[in-house]
Parts: sequence; structure tokens; C-alpha cells
Amino acid sequence: MELILALAIGILGGSGVWLLMRPRTFQLIIGLSLLSYAVNLFIFSMGRFPVGAAPILEAGGKGDPAHFADPLPQSLVLTAIVIGFATTALFLVVMLAARGLTGGDHVDGRPPR
Amino acid sequence: MTGWLQHLAILPIALPLIAGAVMVALDESRSRLKAAMGIGSILVMLAAAVALAVQAHAGGAAAVQVYRLGNWPASFGIVLMVDRLSALLLLVTALLGFAALLYALAHWQRMGAHFHALLQFQLMGLNGAFLTGDLFNLFVFFEVLLAASYGLALHGSGVARVKAGLHYISMNLAASLLFLIGVSMIYGVAGTLNMADLAARIPRMPAADRPLLEAGAAILGVAFLVKAAMWPLGFWLMPTYAAASPPAAAIFSMMSKVGVYAVLRLVLLLFGPETGVSAGFGSTWLMAGGVLTVIFGAISVLGTQDLPRLAGGCVIISSGTLLAAVGAGQTAVTGGALFYLVSSALAIGALFLLIELLDRGRDLGADVLAVTAEAFGEGDDEEEQQGDDGIGVPIPMTMATLATCFLCCALVLAGLPPLSGFIAKFAMLDGILNPRGLGQGPVLVSPGSWSLLIVLVLSGFATLLAMTRAGIRNLWADADRAVPRIGAVEIAPVLLLIFVCIGMTVAAGPVMRYMQATAAALHAPDHPRQPGRGAR
Repeated sequence: MELILALAIGILGGSGVWLLMRPRTFQLIIGLSLLSYAVNLFIFSMGRFPVGAAPILEAGGKGDPAHFADPLPQSLVLTAIVIGFATTALFLVVMLAARGLTGGDHVDGRPPR
Repeated sequence: MTGWLQHLAILPIALPLIAGAVMVALDESRSRLKAAMGIGSILVMLAAAVALAVQAHAGGAAAVQVYRLGNWPASFGIVLMVDRLSALLLLVTALLGFAALLYALAHWQRMGAHFHALLQFQLMGLNGAFLTGDLFNLFVFFEVLLAASYGLALHGSGVARVKAGLHYISMNLAASLLFLIGVSMIYGVAGTLNMADLAARIPRMPAADRPLLEAGAAILGVAFLVKAAMWPLGFWLMPTYAAASPPAAAIFSMMSKVGVYAVLRLVLLLFGPETGVSAGFGSTWLMAGGVLTVIFGAISVLGTQDLPRLAGGCVIISSGTLLAAVGAGQTAVTGGALFYLVSSALAIGALFLLIELLDRGRDLGADVLAVTAEAFGEGDDEEEQQGDDGIGVPIPMTMATLATCFLCCALVLAGLPPLSGFIAKFAMLDGILNPRGLGQGPVLVSPGSWSLLIVLVLSGFATLLAMTRAGIRNLWADADRAVPRIGAVEIAPVLLLIFVCIGMTVAAGPVMRYMQATAAALHAPDHPRQPGRGAR
């Protein structure tokens, strides 16, 4: 489980960084999205995931809070997702404006000659 | 503290939020109403900031006022914390916001949609970042101020703004992701994000957890340093600030200080002298990075040919100086640095506003042509012919005012007497050379401090050189330039900011005492930031 999660974060993050370095705005925004997925998973994993732990309620009792996952990283992820979504949408608008003004989708306005 | 006064801490966040939200709903044609609301809201913020500063300063050696949002116990809820530093920065933010708004009334408010609302949200983000006592909330307020700043940076549109804005936004989105990684790593190790709790837990942290904590703090620091434009993370700054509309650039001069503020708070809180093994973590890097940033800023100030980029270079120099001063980690230096922060933020804000007034009525690209002509030794003959009309042309009042303002900005930024920049730099140099006060025996000044000292003096010289050159070219060189038409509402904010700088010079004693008290409280080994646990 840990290995799968670590690999997922690594691959998402690596692809994100690679795309971030590319000269097209579309690649840039996809790169940022992939990176934010990687970061969200990372935050999630910082809450230490107990595998196979009991849910909050146990049969016939309240359950022990020590047994279930830390809820704070989850709420952090939620906030991060919302903010990331909003900023991505905003960035998309700027990209479209740049496309309209410069006539190209290069991050510097026009590709170097 | 009783009654409504205890809720004063939330006012600088709630008020601009409400004002901005109402403004979004209002139609663009009601700009007069929006402007009135904006001015009202900022004036109330200003009053609140003054009240908070007075409260914090009266509260004793290390007063920290904790405001628990929703009155939740501190371990569950989120807190705001007001100490001298936050109150001081709230005050500066409100001042700059007021100046920017006033300036925008002339015509910038009509150059694009929702200027007033964006400004309010920007102020809300700035105030929130200064007030929050929780790392994750700091992230949220960073995003608020960044989102508003994206809008403000693009205000007025145009190819240059959109191009610079694209770089600015992608840079900051990437930095925000680093912020999240850093915050979550710290949470994973420490189990809390409340700054007071963190400060209390770090000294007791087992050695096995330290590497993860330090890595987290370093990643978090990188995110702040991008904001503060430390070399080599600050290449986005000059194009963005130069392309932004003047009122937006003026408020941005405060925005780069948020990064410095966060670094200062984090370094002193998490890695202060009492935190055991981790004490002083990163300060060497801060010092080195700060010094390099100042050098980079000085070179770009000298190398640039147009005024907005010159002002951008000044922002970089100011950030670098502050970062290096934080890295020096001495109480007296920090006190001087805080004085420098305030005076340079105000002067740079004034300079950004002034630049557009100076540029008005000039041909585009005139500066570049002038420099080229100078480099090739042309254009001198013309000027000599002009010299024979006797005593010279009278300088119009407008030009004289502009020139005086420019001179004041130059003096503050270069750190020359008699204005506040000199006092700030003097205080920092004094702090480096005499950390314990005069006549306390020989002091060993570290090589890092020596480099800071040298760079401080040299950067002042570079700024002076660049500003003089720009001033001569813009104000003296062409005698027959058209006198720009300038409204009172445009020059008033510049004058306001400069008068505050002059006021800081005249009242240097009390202001410096406030700064030193702030620095002493920040550096205090038993910093009573535990009230997060809810004594109050």
C-alpha cells in the first residue's frame, strides 16, 4: 500500500515537473494539475494511514479514536483541492487571454526564433 | 479587555471581506459608491491597526493577544494572534492600501473590472497573513492575497501585463504547492500547525524526527522565499511589477514583504535559540541568499533603463536586505530591519505611484533612446545650443513637486540622511557592529555579518547612482518636455507616503523603540506564545 501510494505520488509529481518545464501553456496547466494531485496525495499520506484499522464505530461501542485516521490532513486536502481548483480556473482564463492577445500558446507569447 | 474591543483583531479581515463581497455585487457604473466604501473600509482598518498597535505596545514586554475564532478551544479551533509585529504590518498595509486606492480614483479604477473589490480582497489576504497564528491558515490567506493579486496584476489588461501575469501566476501556483508540501510535512512530524504549539513542541522533539521537520521547514521556506523574491527565485518580480498598473504595484510592494514576514516569524518561532539542536537552522542560507539577492538587485538597478524596472530592482534590494538581516539573527539588527521594512515599503509604494506621473507626457521608449544616445556620444550638441536663453526656464510647480518627491524616494531607498532610510540602515549597521550596545568591549563580527555590512553600503550606493541617473534624465534633461497634467488626487497619495517617511524620521526615537521592542519580543527566549492553549 505504502509503495503504491509512494509510486503514485512520485510519478504524478515527476510528470508534473516535466510538463511544467515545457513551453506550451497547455502543458503548463496540465503539469500544475498533476503536481497538485501529487501534493494532495502527499498531504493525505502525512496523516499516517493505518491499513485495515477499524472504522470509527465498533460493534456495540464507540470505538477508540486512536484507531482511525487523523481527520485533519483530510480537511487540509479538501481545502487544498478547492483552492487549487479555483486557481487553476483563474489561470485558465489568463491563458485564454494570453492566447487572444498574442495569438499563440507559447508561455513567452511567441516561440524563440 | 472587555466588550467589542476584544473583537478588534478580526476586523481587519472581516471588514474588507464584507466590503469586497458587496462591491462585487454592485454594478460597474456605481464606481463612486464603491470608492466611498473602499475609502471607508480602509480608514476603519487604519484606525483598527493603530488601536491594535497601541494595545500591543501597552501590553508589556511580550504581549500577544490571542483571538480564538468561534471561541473554540485552541487545540481544535483556529487562532489569530496580534503582537507588535502584526499590528505594525497591518498599519503599513492599510497606509499603502489607502494610497493605492486614492491614486486609482483618478483614472485607474475605470481601466478594468472590479478594481475596488480586488483591492479589498488583497488587503484582506495581507491582513490575514499577518494576523494568523496557524500555518495552514497562513496558506489560505496567502492564496487569498495571491488570487487577488493575479487580478490586480492583470488590471488594465494589455499584452505586457498578460504575458508577465502568466509567468507570475504559474510561478506562484508552483510555490503554493511547495507551501502545501512543507506544511503537511511539518504536520506529519509535529502533529500540530498552530504556531504556538509548534514552538512549544519542537524543543522536545526526538532526534529521529528532526530531519523531516527541517526538510519540511526548508520546503516551506522556499515557498516564502519565492514570494520574497530571493535570488534565484525572484526573476518573476521585475517584469510583473513593472507591467502592473501603478496602484497595483504600490500594494505589491507590501506583498513581497509578506514573504519576508513569514520567514521572520517561522525562523524565530521554530528555530529560535531555545529550540535545542535545530536552533539557527537555515540562517546561514538566509544570510547568503539575502546578500546575493541584494547584489542581484543592485546590478539590475544599475542595468535597467526604465523607471518601473528600477523600482522593481529596489523591491529586490529591499527583500534581500531584510532576508540577510533575518539571517543575522541578532535582536538589534532585526529591530533596524523592521524599521527598514516599513520605510522601504512606503518609499517603494510612493515610487511606483510617482513613476507613472513622471512618465506621463513622454514618448514611449524615450528612455531607451536617451541611453543609447548617451552611450554613442550623440545628442550633446543639441543641448549646448539650448543654453543661451539666459538664466534658464522657470520650473513649473508640478515638476518641482514631482522632483522633490522623487528626491525623497531616492534618499529613503538609498539610505542617505536625513530621511528614514538612513536611520534604518544606521540601526542595522549599528546592530551588526555593536550587538550589545556601545562600549561593551570588542565584538567578534562574523564573516556573514561583514558581507551584509558591505553589501548594505554598496547597494545604497548603487541605488543612489541609478536614481540620480534616472532623475537627471527624467526631470532635468529635456527642458522643453511637456508638463504632465496631474490631479491633486494623484499626487496626494505620494505625498502622504513620503510624509509618513518624514514622520518616521522626525519621530525616530519612539518608532525605533517600538521596533526594538518588537524585535526583543520576537527574539525573547521564553516567548509566551503558549496562550494558544487558551489562558485568555
